[in-house]
Amino acid sequence: MKPEPKLVRGTPLDEKALKRGKTFSVTYEPRLRYGWDTGQAISRYLAELKEGRLIARSCRKCERVMIPPRMFCERCFRPTDEWVYVKDTGKIFTFSLCYVSWDVRRLKQPEIPAVIEIDGASPGMGILHVVKKIAPGKVRIGMAVRAVWRPKAKRIGSVTDIAYWQPIKN
Amino acid sequence: MPDGVAIIGVGFTSLQPSTPHLSFKELMFEAAQKAYLDAGVQPNEIDSFVTCAEDFNEGLSIFDEYTPDQLGAVQKPMHTLTQDGLHGIADALMQIRSGIAELVVVEAHSKASNVKTPEWLLDYALDPIYNRPLGFNPHAVAGLEMNVFLHETGIRAEHCAQVAAKNRRNALRNPVAAYPLALTPMHVESSPYVAYPLREAEIAERADGCVVVVLANEARAQRSQSKAAWICGVGFANDSATLESRDWVRAEYVRIAAERAYRQAAIQNPREIRLFEVDDTYAYKELQHLIALGLYSEGAEAGRSLEAGETKPDGKIPVNVSGGALGMGLPLEASGLYRVVELVLQLRGQAGARQLPDIRLGLAQSWRGVPTTSGAVVILGTERPQ
Amino acid sequence: MSRRKVAVVGAGMTKFMHRALETPKELAWLAAKSALESADMKLNQIDCIVLGSAPDAFDGVHMKGEYLSDGCGGWKKPYLRCYVGGGTGVYAVAQAWFHVASGLFDTALVVCEEKMSSCLPHPQAAFLTIFDHITEQPLKPNLLWIFALEQTRYMETYGIALEDIARVSVKNKRNALDHPAAQLGADLTIKDVLASEVMAWPVHRLMVSPTSDGAAAVILAGEEIARRISDRPAWIQGVGWCLDTAYWTNRDLAYPEYVEKAAWMAYRMAGIREPRKEINIAEPYDPFAYKELHHLEGLQLAPKGQAPKLLADGVFERNGDLPVTPSGGLLGVGNPIAAAGLMKICELFWQLRGEAGTRQVPGKPERGVAQAWGDLMQVGTVVVMGTKEPA
Repeated sequence: MKPEPKLVRGTPLDEKALKRGKTFSVTYEPRLRYGWDTGQAISRYLAELKEGRLIARSCRKCERVMIPPRMFCERCFRPTDEWVYVKDTGKIFTFSLCYVSWDVRRLKQPEIPAVIEIDGASPGMGILHVVKKIAPGKVRIGMAVRAVWRPKAKRIGSVTDIAYWQPIKN
Repeated sequence: MPDGVAIIGVGFTSLQPSTPHLSFKELMFEAAQKAYLDAGVQPNEIDSFVTCAEDFNEGLSIFDEYTPDQLGAVQKPMHTLTQDGLHGIADALMQIRSGIAELVVVEAHSKASNVKTPEWLLDYALDPIYNRPLGFNPHAVAGLEMNVFLHETGIRAEHCAQVAAKNRRNALRNPVAAYPLALTPMHVESSPYVAYPLREAEIAERADGCVVVVLANEARAQRSQSKAAWICGVGFANDSATLESRDWVRAEYVRIAAERAYRQAAIQNPREIRLFEVDDTYAYKELQHLIALGLYSEGAEAGRSLEAGETKPDGKIPVNVSGGALGMGLPLEASGLYRVVELVLQLRGQAGARQLPDIRLGLAQSWRGVPTTSGAVVILGTERPQ
Repeated sequence: MSRRKVAVVGAGMTKFMHRALETPKELAWLAAKSALESADMKLNQIDCIVLGSAPDAFDGVHMKGEYLSDGCGGWKKPYLRCYVGGGTGVYAVAQAWFHVASGLFDTALVVCEEKMSSCLPHPQAAFLTIFDHITEQPLKPNLLWIFALEQTRYMETYGIALEDIARVSVKNKRNALDHPAAQLGADLTIKDVLASEVMAWPVHRLMVSPTSDGAAAVILAGEEIARRISDRPAWIQGVGWCLDTAYWTNRDLAYPEYVEKAAWMAYRMAGIREPRKEINIAEPYDPFAYKELHHLEGLQLAPKGQAPKLLADGVFERNGDLPVTPSGGLLGVGNPIAAAGLMKICELFWQLRGEAGTRQVPGKPERGVAQAWGDLMQVGTVVVMGTKEPA
């Protein structure tokens, strides 16, 4: 049997090496800005959010009511047909308790991201959002939740016009 | 003799300085619908999909996430190349030749208008350690190249101005061009320098648009409803990425790519081809690329032929009848596919007011812009190559 | 027309490191050099280069493929960079396979590189930009969210306990102790894994692969050359890939259908009808512990929801009936994204040739499968390799 191929190339740096100034680095901050065209489907979606409503698109062929809305049906490959208002309530399809922020800061109180299956859309049609006003240990899959909207004057036409989702008390 | 591969459908949107009414997905959906209609195929018949896109052009990381839905590619083999659409054509050809696909779709698009800091975007492409700290405008890379190119070849600044004027003028007859203009070389030469000797009117302006191309194996192409444009040769290559050690005078990436394409197409003399759609991101690039394609043995000859009108639509070897990137606009990674669209329309006899007579072979060539040395060549013909 | 056969004839990789001294180009060069040396080849015997590399946001270079080209040996050569997010490392081999199988090229050098440590203050922050810019990014999501959301679905649907998931970390980090390139080999217990802090419930820190710098490379050759230059080519018997919808919040997350489709594409090509019986060794993608189990099911190597039980029964140990991730995987060796996927191909190459040293699985494996995954839990890429020439 041949000996194992040589695999030892590469020079790991540890904190000590970095602190001793054994290595240089060049820093650069990207100055990139984008202005993304939201297009027909998502523009309407955002406009409706500003009004405190959720809207979906339906496809006559596969009979799905889709949210987030899209102008084409990805399954049937044809234009979608109609705008359909759906409810601002739903069920938790899946969730997590996240103790780390997007930029990797440790959080004392977890964020609760969830996929929320929207009432009035087809089964399995969910959106990503966050759940609040519940003890983290009490969140369950299948739990009924409702959208808590920002005050009208503070809405800007963004998914954050829904401040969060909270459990519907029975 | 390997199996023939042909383009059996093209779909494209008109190039525009901005497209605020459509998201990139909606833009792609429009081009895809047109392409599938043109080819007479249903998306569920398509075996494999290729998108050509770069993350930072889109402003999204792992952009390939967002590609399948609007092309009818959900749960299908699909991948992205971070390269020009012509590389995508080569990729599709290889998939078909290897026998894993009969029908392959290649897509490339531009939402360049959504990038609000285009110079910083190019700056971000420079070597982070050697070049970026120097702080020059990235168009200066083109200025550096143009200067030594003129110096070494004897091509003069007015030749470059003539290229810019020709292509903007050609675009007047192209209904999907974003920047047609009855421009004269004098106008070009009175535009300000961006990076000496490069002038503002010699730089293609960015545009939004999308192209979808359907490729088929021989059996599918033979029974296709539209007139097939056969792929006679493809090639792609890079020179060095490093500014300090590349060939500044000759476009080596084109020479190497063309060598392969000509060999496949059994072309001894490039002048057997009567239609060229080549990269003209900067006006001097058209001349540099024509030399690398072997049409001129030296710079002076290229200059003389240009003066004699050889590359005009009624000349012996029309170049960028479509208007090129200078006339149509520069749609980032879709640049090469707009060149291909022109070839397909000309080969089919569907080029309207700019239709050239009796076109049987055409060549498209792309370059990925500064600071790259990445290019590709595709040769299309009306006959299946023998 | 019979299809041209293609084999892997050389492989090499760098160490996987938290932070490397080398630049991205230098990492690519080191891996390429190792692969060339292992095949006893020179760069002028290579017809084309295929690069795999994940988001440009890590290295901090727009058009990073172009920037890396000379580091990969792409000078004055046909050069392509392919991209399917985290699935890139295994996909790059499929890409190079059709470069050679098509007859356009006789040899191809595949290089995968990632230098994640360039992204400050933490590479994870770059992952924000993989989410939908309009409907998701305003919520400030991170990568842990989607993994945790998917793991929750997987556990809920099949009634899987967290201990079963932790067992993957234990196995892979232990296997990695035998890998000379490994960043995070460790001898741990299930208790240790569950005692590590919760990152995003149900995901604990020791169930997550690290961010890494590193590169890997392999060389592919057409049959004529492969037979001539290699005494034991590792033949590519099948390749497959599949991309699912971007609307991930509209999908069932409990089972990776796209992995199943990619696997069957590769298995059909390889003439495999019963994967569980016909495959001797597997390297599924394991950036998070549950993903290995999820992917084994998608690869048809375990019935739906049953992978945890087979793992507990010892089937997937290095000396088990179906060794899984004998390399140590992303959890143990490290996760420089595209390079980690290609590392799995390297492992199959060494295992099939009996060159894996202390990691060698017993019983002279004849066929292995490597798989990677990526995007928004959306893409599956699969390569089947074996000691026998494909039919």
